[in-house]
Amino acid sequence: MNPDLVRDPLPIPEHPVTPYLRMERIPHVWCPGCGIGTVVKCFASALERTGVDLEKVSVVSGIGCSGRTAGYLRLDGFHTTHGRAIPFATGLKLGRPELLVSVVSGDGDLVGIGGNHFIHAARRNLDLLVILINNFIYGMTGGQNAPTTPLMARSSTMPFGNFEPPFNLPHLAASSGAPYVARWTCLHIRRLTWAIEEAIQRKGFRFIEVIAPCPTLYSRLNKLGTGLSGMRFYHDKAEIRHGADTREVAIGFQEPIICGKFVDEERPTFNELMDSHYGKVLGEKYVPMPAEGGYLHG
Amino acid sequence: MQGVTQTKFWREPLDSDQVEAPLGQVYIINDRCKGCEFCVEYCPRDVLEMSDEFNRKGYHPPVVTKEGACVNCNLCEQICPEFAIFTLEATS
Amino acid sequence: MKADPAGVLTGAHYLDGDFACGEGAMAAGCRFVAGYPITPSTEVVERISRRFPTMGGTFIQMEDELASMAAVVGGSWTGTKSMTVTSGPGFSLMMENIGLAAMMETPCVVVNVQRGGPSTGLPTMVGQADMMQARWGSHGDYEVIALSPQSPQEAFDLTVEAFNLSEIYRVPVMFMMDECVGHMTERVVIPEADEIEVVPRRLTEQSKEEFLPYRLNGHLVPEFARAGDGYRFHTTGLTHDERGYPLMSADCQEACVHRLVDKIRGAGDDLTHIEEDGTDDAEVVVISYGITARVARMAITMARERGVPTGSVRLIVVWPFPERVITELAGRVAGFVVPELNYGQISLEVERLAAGRCPVWHVGHGGGTVHDPEAILEKILEAAKVAA
Repeated sequence: MNPDLVRDPLPIPEHPVTPYLRMERIPHVWCPGCGIGTVVKCFASALERTGVDLEKVSVVSGIGCSGRTAGYLRLDGFHTTHGRAIPFATGLKLGRPELLVSVVSGDGDLVGIGGNHFIHAARRNLDLLVILINNFIYGMTGGQNAPTTPLMARSSTMPFGNFEPPFNLPHLAASSGAPYVARWTCLHIRRLTWAIEEAIQRKGFRFIEVIAPCPTLYSRLNKLGTGLSGMRFYHDKAEIRHGADTREVAIGFQEPIICGKFVDEERPTFNELMDSHYGKVLGEKYVPMPAEGGYLHG
Repeated sequence: MQGVTQTKFWREPLDSDQVEAPLGQVYIINDRCKGCEFCVEYCPRDVLEMSDEFNRKGYHPPVVTKEGACVNCNLCEQICPEFAIFTLEATS
Repeated sequence: MKADPAGVLTGAHYLDGDFACGEGAMAAGCRFVAGYPITPSTEVVERISRRFPTMGGTFIQMEDELASMAAVVGGSWTGTKSMTVTSGPGFSLMMENIGLAAMMETPCVVVNVQRGGPSTGLPTMVGQADMMQARWGSHGDYEVIALSPQSPQEAFDLTVEAFNLSEIYRVPVMFMMDECVGHMTERVVIPEADEIEVVPRRLTEQSKEEFLPYRLNGHLVPEFARAGDGYRFHTTGLTHDERGYPLMSADCQEACVHRLVDKIRGAGDDLTHIEEDGTDDAEVVVISYGITARVARMAITMARERGVPTGSVRLIVVWPFPERVITELAGRVAGFVVPELNYGQISLEVERLAAGRCPVWHVGHGGGTVHDPEAILEKILEAAKVAA
């Protein structure tokens, strides 16, 4: 191997993602081959492509591996309690309606402990962009069974194989009322970036599930190899079926993963419903929450 | 490399003789790499290979083996979970 | 700063404690409330949900109290004064996110209209057994401020004070009402807006480059930046450094937690708000709060008529506990009598401070009704007799 090829001869310019990340905190905590970093990169690219005012973007994360995302994005970042990212984000959105509020967290956090808040926020069509990184397991705490762990997959708390039927997340989101529902894997880096870009410009409860490999826990406990093996699995077994009926996109253990944009509707958001209703009922007596929020100037 | 061998699904573009393929310059931040090999696996021009060198953390970072083959598609940059590799339009 | 007139319903009213508390919040500038229905507190948010749309406020009924508390913490980070209202069972569900508010140092108010407990207990009847939960409820070392009104008028006045204190110290403030005060209707006078002093959220003046969310320039409470103002800060429930980044070390923990505790415990007299009566020459001092204070007043009057010099200390700010006052009294009184609608919570604090120098007579009650003044009187006389 040519040694000087290894040490790149040119002085390395700044990585293009630098403006979007807290570079002083890189390298991050995620394991080699974990897909979360790729999702973060796609999110940063989507922000760049939409050209939104980063000063008005908030990212809220809960607890878990994916829950560390808020700590790495150079936005107003909130690392909240386990399962409560969505209600916390609800407060941000209602407290200052002009904000673009996003939630990036994991499957255990958003639909495990946080499931109740997930379905209610979708029901209300709250104006939140929710990116759920699904690695089929509770990773941070050492590989316990999750509400998304496929049947017969092993986890540290289902050592004989999981017998609990998991959620079908797109179906859960769609049936709860989410107007935008999509699923990609973190191999689909272009489509995931476009999906996030598209979702940023939508309003209401936008839900994107991203399947990511978890080499250290899920893959190891199920002898599925490295993160790269996971990516290869997506390469071979992911099928893109836009508009698929969400009832048919459940995920079986090591079975094909149906990806695509399943739901893309337009429905008034919670804020719009509130404003139009109070406007109608109270007429000019109605004083809405200012876009800039309820901060009373000193 | 165990697992299914890579089958190429895309054919030679019809206008490949008229279109001037861009030339990219690859930048690798060696010590940031955690050796996941995503970039090596999915670079459409097979520009990269895992090097035998070790970085500060003991991982093998990728290395450019086919100089001038990079077309600056920045797939490696987008797929890298460590933000350790990126490409820019080659200046030379 | 003066109150925003939009939220101030100036005039004399005939309101119950719940309604008065709601009016106090709106007068104090609260413009975001997330709540969940629970007897006997729901009237507060019912009032707010009716008036908020006319003053630029937003109320949302969340799916549970957990979500309500999380939403309040989120709402407060937009610079909007935020509150939630609940009772015992909901208060228990809110504990983790009250801890989050303490760790992130987020100003907010949590109203607990206490009812009989434990568990479902006596939903429509009075209790005061959540006082220790208010102080120690969430896990880990942190400090909160807690106030306890004894009348609908105070439900108004002290809610304004609760918001002001939460802004000054950037802590969650527990507003520990009880069902009696909450459901008792009395005259409530709401002054003109410009007569109500309101502490605004003090936003940092530092530049976006130099601002750090938890850097202290000289005092214990860091400067605040709103989400959406371009500071692009990070905050977390994890032990964090001045940049708001997680830092898992004992040193960081010591610095972080020490400040969370010190900024309240160190406040001393600034956070002492009590009402003393006849304690200078008192032989026996009755220490009480909330509705029990009104019942105790009758017992004190009867005791004085029987020639026992009886003093009264009514706790308005219950947490942090007024240690200096009680310690000083303990040196010269024959005993303390502590009536409360629980089996001994605030009385434990009094015992701690009396430190054996004088007996502390607890007049306990399981809740569901207020004390019989005779029971309190009996203890005062007993305390005096024992001392004689």
